[in-house]
Amino acid sequence: MLATHFLFDPEFWKATSMVATIVITSSTGEVLTAAAMKSIGDLDAIRAQSGILGAIRVVVTSPLFVGGIVFMALAFFSLLFALNHMNLSLVGPAAASLTLVTNTTAAKLFLKEKVDRRRWASAALVCVGVYLLAH
Amino acid sequence: MAHHRLTLQQYLILAFVSVSVPLGDASLSRGMRSLPPISIAHPLTLIGAVFTPWIGLGIALLIGYFASYLTALSWADLTFVMPATALGNVFVELLAHFWLLERISWMRWAGAILITIGVGFVASGPANTTVVDGSSPGGNEGGKEVSTVGLPVRKENV
Repeated sequence: MLATHFLFDPEFWKATSMVATIVITSSTGEVLTAAAMKSIGDLDAIRAQSGILGAIRVVVTSPLFVGGIVFMALAFFSLLFALNHMNLSLVGPAAASLTLVTNTTAAKLFLKEKVDRRRWASAALVCVGVYLLAH
Repeated sequence: MAHHRLTLQQYLILAFVSVSVPLGDASLSRGMRSLPPISIAHPLTLIGAVFTPWIGLGIALLIGYFASYLTALSWADLTFVMPATALGNVFVELLAHFWLLERISWMRWAGAILITIGVGFVASGPANTTVVDGSSPGGNEGGKEVSTVGLPVRKENV
């Protein structure tokens, strides 16, 4: 029988809220950043042609990249706050793994990446892994 | 679905993406746990935490991670690069156990291993699935067109 007593534990919801905040802000930032880098193209090729400063200029002048940075900064301070209250070995893997799942969905929907059965299976394994990590 | 082979340099970039995150997170954790509890009513206290040594080291490592991560995203899918970060989960468990002296249960070890297997599934597939025309091994080339549906498609000729 599945134990559900943890649903009435305020600490569970507090931890869930902290991790959810990290995941949502991080995922939004990473999808925006990925969209920016996809539209820019191979940074190695750009650096070879225009130098490191040229590559940096192309990246930092992208509006999508700036938007991504804002959300990543929010995710960073959410992580700092969570680490002040919870163990790294719970926050780190849980946030990183859940972000992988939300990113997979967002990449299919917004970036039009070809997410095949192998990538969905990966997401399922990650979900089980997160469940185990949370216990 | 075309497979895009990665070069040794690109694999090294992905390896750094994997390792730098757990090292950076561990540094942040060590720094934050040496501080008194921070209330959500005083969020500006977090700004001051940035200038402590362990937090500073963590930030430096995460900046290195971010540069590598951006480079990887320019020639590979987000769904390919992201799992490289998740590979660091086992490393996090090891760091937490041996460095931060946290107690790790066997279920959490099993969770980290399952996540790693899931990462392996993604890593065995193609690196880039959104390239419209021909590209160099491993991903994109400057001057080619890529699909970012929902967002403006742009040609780069830098």
